[in-house]
Amino acid sequence: MSKRETDEVTGVETTGHEWDGIRELDNPLPRWWLYVFYAGIVVAIVYWVLMPAWPGVSGYTKGVLGQSDRADVVRELQGLKELRGAQAAKLQKASLEEIEADPELQAYAQAIGQSVFGDNCATCHGTGGVGTKGYANLRDDVWLWGGSLSDIHRTIEVGIRADHPDTRFSQMPAFGRDQMLTSAQISDLTEYVVMLSRRKADAAAVARAAPIYEAQCASCHGPAGLGDQTKGAPNLTDQEWLYGSSRADIRGQIWAGKGGVMPSWKNRFDPETLKALAVYIHANAGGQ
Amino acid sequence: MTVVIDRTQPSKPAPTGKGPVSAAARVRASGGPGGGLYKPRTPIYPKLVHGRWRAIKWAVLIATLAIYYVTPWIRWSRPGNLPDQAVLVDFAGRRFYFFDIQLWPQEVHFITGLLVIAALALFLVTALFGRLWCGYSCPQTVWTDLFIYVERMFEGDRNARMRLDVAPWSFNKAWRKIGKHAVWLAIAFATGGAWIFYFHDAPSLLSDFWIGQGPITGYVFAALLTFTTYVFAGMMREQVCVYMCPWPRIQGAMLDTNSLQVTYRHDRGEPRGAHKKGTDWSGRGDCVDCNQCVTACPMGIDIRDGSQLECINCGLCIDACDEVMIKVDRPTALIAYDTDAAVEARAAGRPAVYRLVRSRTVFYAVALAAVSALMVWGLATRTTLDLHVLRDRNPVFVRLHDGAVRNGYTLKVANRSFQPERMTIALEGQPAAVLKTPGSTATAKTIAVEVPANEVRAVRVFVSLPPEALSAPNLPATFVVRSSREETRTATTFLSGAANSQ
Repeated sequence: MSKRETDEVTGVETTGHEWDGIRELDNPLPRWWLYVFYAGIVVAIVYWVLMPAWPGVSGYTKGVLGQSDRADVVRELQGLKELRGAQAAKLQKASLEEIEADPELQAYAQAIGQSVFGDNCATCHGTGGVGTKGYANLRDDVWLWGGSLSDIHRTIEVGIRADHPDTRFSQMPAFGRDQMLTSAQISDLTEYVVMLSRRKADAAAVARAAPIYEAQCASCHGPAGLGDQTKGAPNLTDQEWLYGSSRADIRGQIWAGKGGVMPSWKNRFDPETLKALAVYIHANAGGQ
Repeated sequence: MTVVIDRTQPSKPAPTGKGPVSAAARVRASGGPGGGLYKPRTPIYPKLVHGRWRAIKWAVLIATLAIYYVTPWIRWSRPGNLPDQAVLVDFAGRRFYFFDIQLWPQEVHFITGLLVIAALALFLVTALFGRLWCGYSCPQTVWTDLFIYVERMFEGDRNARMRLDVAPWSFNKAWRKIGKHAVWLAIAFATGGAWIFYFHDAPSLLSDFWIGQGPITGYVFAALLTFTTYVFAGMMREQVCVYMCPWPRIQGAMLDTNSLQVTYRHDRGEPRGAHKKGTDWSGRGDCVDCNQCVTACPMGIDIRDGSQLECINCGLCIDACDEVMIKVDRPTALIAYDTDAAVEARAAGRPAVYRLVRSRTVFYAVALAAVSALMVWGLATRTTLDLHVLRDRNPVFVRLHDGAVRNGYTLKVANRSFQPERMTIALEGQPAAVLKTPGSTATAKTIAVEVPANEVRAVRVFVSLPPEALSAPNLPATFVVRSSREETRTATTFLSGAANSQ
């Protein structure tokens, strides 16, 4: 049981609490602290009246000031839209080529494009847009579906193998997995593709693979392997490889015929954002 | 060598009655033994004097105030849309205009140089002639002088002011005090109001200011400077110099016994004492202990105590003393601009020698000349063209379909001239390189870009090198930008990607 007594040294009464011989003095709270505390209570009551404060069963007390964070956000976004109105209207009216030709509009489109790209595209294509294995490099001058402004705009709009009805679609057959070709034939074809990209290849294998290429591959990739952007068939003679340039990579692609998916962004962005993004990607790429 | 010269007289008994004594003496008397942490300000009632130094002080006051108020209103024609104000610190446009010179933020070293020159000039002048700056042209001195002038108009000279302050409140006292403070506030507001004209177009700011359309910073700074002017020049006065300003402490390092300062020639003045008209002057000094030098002093000191921290070298005590010397028919200049060394020499019966050329004055002069020459050279050879090259960091390089490699750069091309310039950008050091700007399909060896007058243009440049030119991971290259008059170059590197082949 606690026993209140007076401390000899200070002459102050103790609280009677004792821990291992250490006793607590019952000093009063500092005046200024106490008044700040009372003021805090008053402020809290005023706040409850003015601002949204107490949760109820199916709602909360709204407060007499009618403050709402949600409404603030809506108002700020509306203000932002009005602020951007003039430039956005210009983007809407101008064609993609006109946007890119006008230094001021291009700078504006690039600024929007860069932020939209960072939020939406960089996850796969990387913040610098150089992609990685299986994700296209958007900074070089090699394009599967065309690198003109309108091609890029279209690709963003409809996506690749996406759920858009007009999506860009191509299908590389899985020659090995679906047993359309034997493993030996695929090895020969690999040599043929290596030859196409102007590297040293096994001449005998190339000769054996020539008729197979003619029959199975040339319809999309073309007789000389130059590809076809209308079909999304890659050029096999350049130095850009979506799934890697080594023999193992090439063989793997002939075997399994991988194809990635790029979503359609038509419903996600408004038209001027789509335009800005297309200009941003085009202007920073090799240019076609 | 440290020379300590202390001519403080043994402290007299606490002053009785209302005899004129220095404010410092009154403070000494009022402070108890040990004193406290707070020393209340003892009011100082400087008496109006007439004479050569007072006239010079009026002239400097008028000149410096005129410069302050008139400068922002000087117009100076510049081409295009550039402001036509001769002196303008344009924070919004990030430019400093001074007649035909305009400085950019990155040229702030010129301001630094100017401040170094000002400091060295202050050192030199102080070593030669003492604190002339403090006594004549420091804004604190000028505005305090102006405020005391106003005070005198309303309340009269020293004795009238002292009487008024101890008098009970009456209508007479009230209107004098209210009038004085009203005029003080008006001057203070004119001071703060004039300050902001240096930062905006003066005529348009003047009209905007009164209809509430001025920039918020304008009102804030006008109010701030109104307040400081009113308080510093009206209430605090010498306290600013003694307690707030670091210069009195620093000046001790500049002064020596050969520096000209306001000096009481004790060899001639002592022993001092009251003098009856017609009595003999032999066996005594010229100082008649009339205390006129003390009553005239705006700092509230007694110059006869020797050189001291509070003394701002204004020379008003010289004028006060000369008036008295003429009255008692003794030679003037008992107090004068003189050196401690000269006074000592005369006291010892040797001829006084004035040495202006001393190691410290030579050092200050040489340093001042060197920094000034550097500044003039910097201003004269300053280019109007400036180039900064920023490499793209993501991606650092891009490999193209044929094995060529492309690097991206952002070139910040600054045109500091008053005419728009058509510039050409070229890359030297890599003859095989081709250049291109975003969005264009054309490639070329050079890129032309239009840079408006007095602006910076950021130009994105893509540089491609064919596979056969990629001999090393890092290839040196130099961007060269040419205007119609000048060219500038900045070295950079081209990353070939050889270090991380695909």
